[in-house]
Amino acid sequence: MTLFKGAPAAPAGKSPSVLAGRPARAWAGFAAAAVALFALAPLALSDFRLGLLAKYLCTAMVAVGICLAWGRGGLLTLGQGVFFGLGGYAMAMHLKIADAGPGNLPDFMQLYGTASELPWWWRPFGNPLVALAATVLLPMAVAAVLGSFIFRRRVKGAYFAILSQALAAAFAIWLIGQQATTGGTNGLTDIQGFFGYDLDDPVNQRMVYFVIAAVLLLLIALVRQLIHSRYGELLVAVRDSEERVRFLGYDPANVKLVAYVVAAGTAGLAGALFVPAVGIISPAMIGIVPSIEFVIGAAVGGRASLAGAVLGAIGVAWAKTALSEEFPAAWTYFQGLLFIVALAFLPGGLVSLAGIVRRRRAAATALPSGGAA
Amino acid sequence: MSSQPEGVHLSSESYRSSGFRPQRRRVIAGAAALAAVVALTACGAKTDAAGGSSDQAAKADTSGDTVRVGLLNSLSGTMAISEVTVRDSLRLAIEEINASGGVLGKQIKPVSEDGASDWPTFAEKAAKLIKEDRVAATFGCWTSASRKAVKPVFEKNKSLLFYPVQYEGLEESPYIFYTGATTNQQIVPALDYLKSRGEKSIYLVGSDYVFPRTANKIIKAYAKANGMKVLGEDYAPLGSTEFSTIANKVKASKADAVFNTLNGDSNVAFFKEYKSAGLTARSMPVVSVSIAEEEVKSIGSQYLAGQLTAWNYYQTTPGAANTKFVKAYKAKYGQDKPTSDPMEAAYTSVYLWKAMVEKAKSFDPEKVKAASDGITFDAPEGTVTVDGASQHIHKTARIGRIGTDGLIEQVWDSGEPIEPDPFLKGYDWASGLS
Repeated sequence: MTLFKGAPAAPAGKSPSVLAGRPARAWAGFAAAAVALFALAPLALSDFRLGLLAKYLCTAMVAVGICLAWGRGGLLTLGQGVFFGLGGYAMAMHLKIADAGPGNLPDFMQLYGTASELPWWWRPFGNPLVALAATVLLPMAVAAVLGSFIFRRRVKGAYFAILSQALAAAFAIWLIGQQATTGGTNGLTDIQGFFGYDLDDPVNQRMVYFVIAAVLLLLIALVRQLIHSRYGELLVAVRDSEERVRFLGYDPANVKLVAYVVAAGTAGLAGALFVPAVGIISPAMIGIVPSIEFVIGAAVGGRASLAGAVLGAIGVAWAKTALSEEFPAAWTYFQGLLFIVALAFLPGGLVSLAGIVRRRRAAATALPSGGAA
Repeated sequence: MSSQPEGVHLSSESYRSSGFRPQRRRVIAGAAALAAVVALTACGAKTDAAGGSSDQAAKADTSGDTVRVGLLNSLSGTMAISEVTVRDSLRLAIEEINASGGVLGKQIKPVSEDGASDWPTFAEKAAKLIKEDRVAATFGCWTSASRKAVKPVFEKNKSLLFYPVQYEGLEESPYIFYTGATTNQQIVPALDYLKSRGEKSIYLVGSDYVFPRTANKIIKAYAKANGMKVLGEDYAPLGSTEFSTIANKVKASKADAVFNTLNGDSNVAFFKEYKSAGLTARSMPVVSVSIAEEEVKSIGSQYLAGQLTAWNYYQTTPGAANTKFVKAYKAKYGQDKPTSDPMEAAYTSVYLWKAMVEKAKSFDPEKVKAASDGITFDAPEGTVTVDGASQHIHKTARIGRIGTDGLIEQVWDSGEPIEPDPFLKGYDWASGLS
């Protein structure tokens, strides 16, 4: 089950050596994931299903960040939709400008807009490099500013969750209100090209899938490094006892800020790649409901473990498609049930199942000998 | 691809603060390199192929003795209450057609998918219907946002969508047939009606999404050209139920009438506040363009009695075709179920598709499109004719007054079907709109 060493319940006494844990196993898991994503999936799945997998992998990228911020840092980020949206809109704005061609306005601006030229804040996104950089740096910058206010003021727990959720709602409402420049509820749709590649072509859709899969693996590798670094230890310490960390001379605000900013970056990247994969970004992907759905995936899989969060996000997204195809009218109940069951009976997520079974078995074998002594 | 360098500085961050063993770093670096190499080879392969653009539009599967069609409606989420009635109505039409021998001798097999009131889901399900189920045509969508989301999917795959809801116009997709009203068949006649009653000023209230905002843009242009005053314009978020401020602003404006483009539940709250602000249908009538029989039932006719609506069809519309439709619908789904404009447009759309296919003698979308011009159907709303150029249909505009029994009685109609003009090209005042 565990592709990577997650160890949410690692014995405290052994903590410095958590890093040493089984690199061979991590390597094997990583290789298996690479083979599955790059060889098996493209062979086994139709173009349509592969496109859906690309979409699931984007939610998995968000889950990578959530694993760090929530699973490791205890920050319940219920507003990842904001960063997903910033990345997605940054990318989509560039692609819309590129689709329209030089001197022309994107199609929706011609319909709903009042201005005859691009608004000033659209213009920088005409440059592909600026737009690409913005997909990651913009969410990170916003998270850095917000985070430094929030964490310095020592806002935490439920207050942090509510604040991040309110932010998602506010951002979605603002986008809807600016129909002339953001496309309103429709969002930015009908994206034709991706840096010169025609997205109509299934071959190019495959390319987008491979890019997404590669970026996901890269993000997993990077965040895994972070989790198993000294910083990762400190983050868990902040999660478990912020005051103690403060007394040890660290500033918990900075520790949390890094996790929050990194999580925002992964969500931004996910949003940016979601756009060519699905061809649309809209406030429907940004508000409260999608923000909660991002968290559900990680929670069901196991938020403290990278493998759990990633597989959980992919699994929940897949279940959403499968159930809604099978039971068009009733699938939302299944989704809710899945979430309740997972949280009520497996608070550590599905990934903790293996550990529970192992412990039970160990207890069962240990018991008779204990009785004899 | 090129986004990867952005992430790399994270690793330097972690290097600084970590006491890594070199071998671990090598493992990760190796994995990342592998990922990058595979991705690069993938990209490389694509570059050659990108030139030869796709001609693999998924062909509809019409080989057997059945033909599949897609029903794409929100069966969950905020839009479900409205869209389920459209789905039911589509099913009724399909059953009737199957009972009378099907289309080109084939029985129609509906494949239903849930758009879940979520636009990207609509796009996903549209692609599934076309590519996996290989449907010959798809019927459904309600909100403009869902239509905009699926439009590129149908265009890319060269497959047909029949869209049954009145909308904001300014669109002509070669793969969409619009069987609901465009603006010159609903909003413009409603304004003409208000003008003929001598209303000099209006107040605009709408939900915050594309249809109300675009409709209001058109209304303001009309008002400007026709000497009407727009005394205010307010938008509430979709699903909002807080209307005391708006109701009071409406009251303070002393407008002659209110033009209401609110959607769904918001209407309940709005009309309650409107009533408690002391406003009545007599003192300040409200013309609504999104309240049909189904919504009257859920809002409560006590709040709505006497108010005006603008549509192309009411349950009370006279004619043998409507009597038959209403009777069949109630027999199938229950005597207390009303029929409404979008349901009628959906029902009609299936019959129009059947007529087009039979004229084309083929399920091929291109041939169906070519055969579409001039197709008529004796619909519950009266005879409708397809305009092949715009792929909209000629429809009669009708203003109705909501009765205490929850039904809507027609008080005015345009006399004859109005030619669709989605871009309002025939109206001088609308020249600056698109």
